[in-house]
Amino acid sequence: MTLMALDALTVRRGTRPVLDGVTLRVDEGEFVGLLGPNGAGKTSLLRGALGLLPIGGHSSLAALAPGARARAAAFLPQGREIAWPVSVETLVALGRAPHGAADPGHPAVALALARMGLDGYRGRIATALSGGEQARVLIARALAQETPLLIADEPVAGLDPEAQIRAMQVFAGLAGEGRAVIASIHDLGLAARHCSRLILLHRGRLAADGTPREVLTEVRLAEVFGIRGFHAETPDGPVFQPLGVIR
Amino acid sequence: MSGSRRGSDRLAAVLCLALGGAGPAAAETAQPPARVVSMNLCTDQLAMLLAAPGQLVSVSHMATDPLSSAMVEAAQAYRANHGQAEEVYMMRPDLVLAGTYTSVAAVDLLRQLGVPVVQLPPVNALSEVAPQIREVAVALGRAAEGEALAARFEAGLAALSSDLPPVSAALYYPNGYTAGEGTLADDVLGHTGFRNVGAEAGLTGGGTLPLERLVMAEPRLIVTSTPYPGASRSEEILAHPALAALRRTAGVAVTTDADWICGTPALLDAMAAMGAAREALP
Amino acid sequence: MKSVFFLLALLVAALFVASLLIGPAGIGFGDSLAALFRGEGGPVVLVMREIRLPRAILGLLAGAALGLSGAAMQGYLRNPLAEPGLIGVSASAALGAVIALQTGAAAAVALALPLSALAGAGIAVALILLLAGPRGGALALILAGIAISALAAALMSLVLNLSPNPFAGMEIVYWMMGSLADRSMTHVALAAPFILGGGLVLLSLGRGLDALTLGEDAAQSLGVNLPRLRLGVILGTAATVGAATAVAGAVGFIGLVVPHLLRRLVGARPSALLPASALGGAAMLLAADIGTRLIAPDADLKLGVLTALVGAPFFLQLIWSMRRVEA
Repeated sequence: MTLMALDALTVRRGTRPVLDGVTLRVDEGEFVGLLGPNGAGKTSLLRGALGLLPIGGHSSLAALAPGARARAAAFLPQGREIAWPVSVETLVALGRAPHGAADPGHPAVALALARMGLDGYRGRIATALSGGEQARVLIARALAQETPLLIADEPVAGLDPEAQIRAMQVFAGLAGEGRAVIASIHDLGLAARHCSRLILLHRGRLAADGTPREVLTEVRLAEVFGIRGFHAETPDGPVFQPLGVIR
Repeated sequence: MSGSRRGSDRLAAVLCLALGGAGPAAAETAQPPARVVSMNLCTDQLAMLLAAPGQLVSVSHMATDPLSSAMVEAAQAYRANHGQAEEVYMMRPDLVLAGTYTSVAAVDLLRQLGVPVVQLPPVNALSEVAPQIREVAVALGRAAEGEALAARFEAGLAALSSDLPPVSAALYYPNGYTAGEGTLADDVLGHTGFRNVGAEAGLTGGGTLPLERLVMAEPRLIVTSTPYPGASRSEEILAHPALAALRRTAGVAVTTDADWICGTPALLDAMAAMGAAREALP
Repeated sequence: MKSVFFLLALLVAALFVASLLIGPAGIGFGDSLAALFRGEGGPVVLVMREIRLPRAILGLLAGAALGLSGAAMQGYLRNPLAEPGLIGVSASAALGAVIALQTGAAAAVALALPLSALAGAGIAVALILLLAGPRGGALALILAGIAISALAAALMSLVLNLSPNPFAGMEIVYWMMGSLADRSMTHVALAAPFILGGGLVLLSLGRGLDALTLGEDAAQSLGVNLPRLRLGVILGTAATVGAATAVAGAVGFIGLVVPHLLRRLVGARPSALLPASALGGAAMLLAADIGTRLIAPDADLKLGVLTALVGAPFFLQLIWSMRRVEA
């Protein structure tokens, strides 16, 4: 089943399109990594798809009423904002709001905390945690929303390696349960290793869409990122390691 | 306040000030002043009553305010001043009449410039009115006219004084202001058959009386002021429902006005009105 | 957390009763209550029902209005410095009230007073939200607030100084500092519907403000209708602060101190802080009003003097702690 369908999605800043006619679908069971250099349009695509920006073209999510959309897709923004010194469980429970009440006692809250390795954190004050811990709490909030689709903007940036891998495994696990995740990621190695599908944006346009092996080709890496890398299949799955800058 | 000082002492003091400030020109025996400027609401009215034709050049702008002045029409014949040294000096006065507490800076400056200034304290008792009339008359070189006016006032005062048993009355002004003991208004009440609630509350001079204490005092008569045009929160208290309820039980309420403010014969009108109000009360 | 609300409600009730029992007339406890409830005691009835009761009710309502609107604005701007007094909303409401009074509109139609104050407050809130931007950065917020406060205060002084009424010019202090002296049931009737209506609007915003803890994008993705939330903040604040200021003048710092003190106690959730701050604001204003009567019974001490004496050190401490975070 298709959880998100974009048709010629266009986002303009002034008159300049920062996202130009992107068409794609995300189906259940997929963990989609959204790649592209800075300014390629990743954040614009994710926010535009949710209707958080004025858009041209069509997005199935943006067309929904706010309440229905909140039950169809959860969004983890790039800016990790926690305005008030609320407890971790209060914060995570905010994910339950679209389903009625932000009840910290709901099983989804406990499950989300457990998934992010935050079992002992329930009563801690969220703003007093380290940056990495806050990022995990915010991911747990999005998980607690228990939507078919999770949209995450750079969810693993700034996390330590263990937390990065855990988060990617959680996202892959959601896909395995028949839900879907689309996450923008700068770490090509993590993306190649964990995502089932990669979408490459370049200057606001869709440059490639396919399996990691199909997308991370030498030519595209050179053209889009200006780098070269090492790619191999291992018993642990595909491995990609950027090696150097071209020119 | 200097209200307790005797009138004769004050006359001497004022003359000393005048002599000190202006030299022999202002002495009693010299020529009467020809260009008199008054800078104070109360001296305005006394000067208008006493001055010879053409002698008074200017009165304060307050003299044309119907809520403060009892002589609005008369005042319109004179140039208005605003109590500022520069404008008064440019009128080339040879005598300036001022209050003790008003335009102090302007008075100091005028004295430095060599202008003779006579300052008169506010009158705080009916007994002080006649002496002040005479005092102003002397300063204007119009002693005979002063004597006649003072005598008329004293006769009126005696005629209007009531011997009815006193009943309670309250003077109530914006911001809950009232007049206590040692005020002209208190003296008017005392002479017309009333006990002043403000004085009984322990106030000396002017002061505020919280509305609830006024209500608890249950005055038989409430005297309030006429509101100014435009709105003010200060005057809203006069429309307070508690005061309105009090007024309904207090019988006739008289609104005070310009007659009450200064030590002039207009006080006799205020006394007549209060006397009538007292007669109307059982 | 239930106990926090219970204690706050108890405190408000105690202060409300104290406000009824304390006054210059010095009426005994039993006499006061007999007069208030049974109408026995001649002039005491008048004092209790027409003077002290409206004063206590207005203290309760205006305090709740200020505490609640402070909590709501802080929740919306995600900035603990947002307070109706500090950012010029109260001053603009006072300007609106003064214009209604001096043009004679309030004398012609009584409702013109709260409505005009509401309009003044509404314009100020809208300007603040526009100038301070979505995230309500501290610097932009305070600078915008200073500019709006200064402009409103200057225009108010102008209107009052141009009034033909000599008392009006002396009342700048009242409008800037606030007072509940000699208010009546008329004022209660004028202010109460707006404070209650605006208060209900603000209380209904709790869930949206909770979601805003995560930022605007996250809140919207949680189904919050941001434009409607913003409109609710503007209208609710305008109605509560406008009506409170129209009858009590601009009382500062309550919306700052109360949410600051209560935030941790209610777990920092804006939805819990809203009703708590309403109770806390009522308690603080009632206490300040009792203070004005105890400290200087005959001097008509202004409410804002006491709230600022308490509030300004809090404000400085908040700036200090924010500086350390930002450094």
